[in-house]
Amino acid sequence: MADAIPGYVTETLIAEDIDAYLAQHQHKTMLRFITCGSVDDGKSTLIGRLLYDSQMIFEDQLDALAADSKRIGTQGQEIDFALLVDGLAAEREQGITIDVAYRFFNTERRKFIVADCPGHEQYTRNMITGASTADLAVILIDARKGVLVQTRRHSYLCHLIGIRNIVLAINKMDLVGYDHDVFDAIVSEYASFARKIGIETFTALPISGFKGDNITSAPSPNTPWYTGPSLIEHLETVEVLTSADAAGPFRLPVQWVNRPNLDFRGYCGLIAAGSIKPGDAVRVLPSGKVSLVTRIVTRDGDLGQAAAGQSVTLCLADEIDCSRGNVIAAAEAPPETADQFEAALVWLADEALIPGRAYWLKLATQTVSATTQAPKYEINVNTLERLAAKTLALNAIGVVELTTDKPIVFEPYAANRTLGGFILIDKLTNATVAAGMIHFSLRRAQNVHWQPTDIARADHAALKNQAPRVLWFTGLSGSGKSTIANEVEKALNLMNRHTFLLDGDNVRHGLNKDLGFTETDRIENIRRVGEVAKLMTDAGLIVLTAFISPFRAERDMVRAMLPEGEFVEIFVDTPLAVAETRDVKGLYKKARSGQLKNFTGIDSPYEPPLNPDIRVNTVEMTAAEAAAHIVRQIMPLK
Amino acid sequence: MSDSARNALTHLQRLEAEAIHIMREVVAEADKPVMLYSVGKDSAVMLHLAGKAFYPSPPPFPLLHVDTTWKFQAMYALREKAAQGARMELLVHRNPEAIARGINPFDHGALHTDIWKTEGLKQALDQHGFDAAFGGARRDEEKSRAKERIFSFRTASHGWDPKNQRPELWNLYNARKNKGESIRVFPISNWTELDVWQYIQLEGIEIVPLYFAAPRPTVMRDGMLLMVDDDRFPLAPGEVPVMRSIRFRTLGCYPLTGAVESTAGTLSEVIQETLLTTTSERQGRAIDKDAGGAGMEVKKQQGYF
Repeated sequence: MADAIPGYVTETLIAEDIDAYLAQHQHKTMLRFITCGSVDDGKSTLIGRLLYDSQMIFEDQLDALAADSKRIGTQGQEIDFALLVDGLAAEREQGITIDVAYRFFNTERRKFIVADCPGHEQYTRNMITGASTADLAVILIDARKGVLVQTRRHSYLCHLIGIRNIVLAINKMDLVGYDHDVFDAIVSEYASFARKIGIETFTALPISGFKGDNITSAPSPNTPWYTGPSLIEHLETVEVLTSADAAGPFRLPVQWVNRPNLDFRGYCGLIAAGSIKPGDAVRVLPSGKVSLVTRIVTRDGDLGQAAAGQSVTLCLADEIDCSRGNVIAAAEAPPETADQFEAALVWLADEALIPGRAYWLKLATQTVSATTQAPKYEINVNTLERLAAKTLALNAIGVVELTTDKPIVFEPYAANRTLGGFILIDKLTNATVAAGMIHFSLRRAQNVHWQPTDIARADHAALKNQAPRVLWFTGLSGSGKSTIANEVEKALNLMNRHTFLLDGDNVRHGLNKDLGFTETDRIENIRRVGEVAKLMTDAGLIVLTAFISPFRAERDMVRAMLPEGEFVEIFVDTPLAVAETRDVKGLYKKARSGQLKNFTGIDSPYEPPLNPDIRVNTVEMTAAEAAAHIVRQIMPLK
Repeated sequence: MSDSARNALTHLQRLEAEAIHIMREVVAEADKPVMLYSVGKDSAVMLHLAGKAFYPSPPPFPLLHVDTTWKFQAMYALREKAAQGARMELLVHRNPEAIARGINPFDHGALHTDIWKTEGLKQALDQHGFDAAFGGARRDEEKSRAKERIFSFRTASHGWDPKNQRPELWNLYNARKNKGESIRVFPISNWTELDVWQYIQLEGIEIVPLYFAAPRPTVMRDGMLLMVDDDRFPLAPGEVPVMRSIRFRTLGCYPLTGAVESTAGTLSEVIQETLLTTTSERQGRAIDKDAGGAGMEVKKQQGYF
């Protein structure tokens, strides 16, 4: 390839002095960018063009491409560059991009990793995967169509996730006769939208990915009116404006503690912000203990300094408690610790957000249990309206308040991506269901303190001469929970134990009469009962609860509220068919006829306990036998 | 620190830090990780990175070589040495069914890869109960790999669902899974072939000598230049292997791995040839061409690395 394009790999240097080329290549910086925009705006074609022009496509790949183009291409007899990046069989069959593809190319100045993001709204979760690691976004617009819903959506997401370099590539200029007015009209339409969402600057280029105009050199003879750089020139020279991650005080989320022997203890992690050198004072959070860095250990010898972006192992002067999930920070400028936050959420799962449901929240190396309230609002990314919302469905973007079960070390996302970005994970399926960005901690978490009291829960229990417990009966409607719980309470009462029975139906007449039977309301029902049961055990009581409590996540939530061993899960195991035959309250009949919605076992699931503390089978045992069995299991209760 | 200071990290330094971060994350979150070790150059880089990630401890997981008995002899020679050098346990798995049935690349074609490698890998992972396996695959190698996550989730039957991958945000990896499920992890996903070569050169990593050109006995088969590595190679009557100066861009089973004619005897020369070549790295691999354009994707869905 004799006439190498300026900026791209210099074949001559490689051929004549490979070592000089390698020395040059070794010191190149890296730019990670994404291409996004609406379906059919030509994203994949543009990347195919960049790879082709940078000679990153080999002959065997080109042969395969030519054959594929004729067979399934969308460009007639011409080469369909999109087929280079749409690598999955389903994508090639449907001619669409489903998932992010990562591609690589170099110029003389930079090495590039480009992520080609899907345009369809249904694949937003894949788009955001690509955007989360990008320094820059190329947003494509079809010159014939102008600014579309997905253009706005992707611009919003790019800005939300913190990409500060935006390139507006107005593509398919060849199909509008390279008309300057068309270009200007689109730029001005986009600019007014961009301002509204906080994008202060962007660079607009008129291109044709298919024909190659203004890709590697500019201006193209077809756009003499254009005075800016070519796309490649811009990507090579643009200064990467990151969020403040690299600046600011030192932050190291501890990933792993390295202890090969008793004489060495090293704290491993990727530096999230700032820099560090031996002798620096650091504070370990959340404990707040202070120490000094003694060594920065690597296999190639100790370092005199390390900075953001490096994976390091630190040794400290003092033997202080520090493990995975802790953050080592500059002693004089530590990050905050809190357990309630306002955050932006992008919902990524088919199953919508369930307010009140506990999810795993992973932020840097910390994993905690977290629940959200109903969203404060959802954002219509097209009109930027704030909509009232009870939940967030797939691809919805909203603002929520979150509560974690223990305090986490964090910073606002705008200040630090690593300590401000988190994912939510479904506890049952382990799917990543949301991406979140912390705005700030809520003041109420900081201002509501525990009031110490002199008579502790142990004192209450001692006076009653018993060990508090929550005997949590779970099972289908009609399984016999209330009957058996009642028998157990009678037996304990005869033994002079101080008990209280919280019954599902009874509680719904008072404390929980504002709640219905939707998933969200069922979760809130259980949360309140859990809190009440906890207060009663603080008072020293043995609490019996009889609630269907169909979801594992909520039963586990109550278990987590109580001291270890105090929650006793009792599974009243009755097959659906048996419970339905009994149908004491006539509810199954109503549910089957459709008069009663969200009925457990019929149109709402029951998740049986995987390892209940006690299981009673009501087909083989009478209620009295089951109660006697339970009492035997839980004694002596002292 | 200013942007220019952040960019003071070269692309290789950024890639190294990323790979180390990924490995530590797996060790912290998985119950029983293992590193797939194929003895190739990508495995060599991955092993080298593991040594750095856990220094001064040895990497806290074993190496697993899924053997087919048909690798190049030079690969077997380096395998033991590399494991010892890394102070790691080396597990070698050979599918007993493949041994019993005498599966080989000459008589069984695609079945050879399927039974020795795909089935063998699944057997080994199940047998030891590994829940996370490091692999040296790179996104620039092949079009379905370009789409794969760094933490790639597998069902209990080792299946990969390319249309339903977990979102992967920032460098925040979700390593949670249910019992029986597993995760394949690719720490050098974002490296290119050139990155791997340059890192080998800068770090002085030992690789199998077959990557460098030398006179070796060869025959042509279906347009591929094959090396006659042992006497199991069936020669046609009267056929005599020809000595040619060749080297390999990737290493697999010797009867399935095409060589290129070359005189590149040093790393610089190999890199030079790589950059000036007009064919892709996997061009010498028969496996990618099975099942039309989607060969690798289909194999991966079945559990191949």
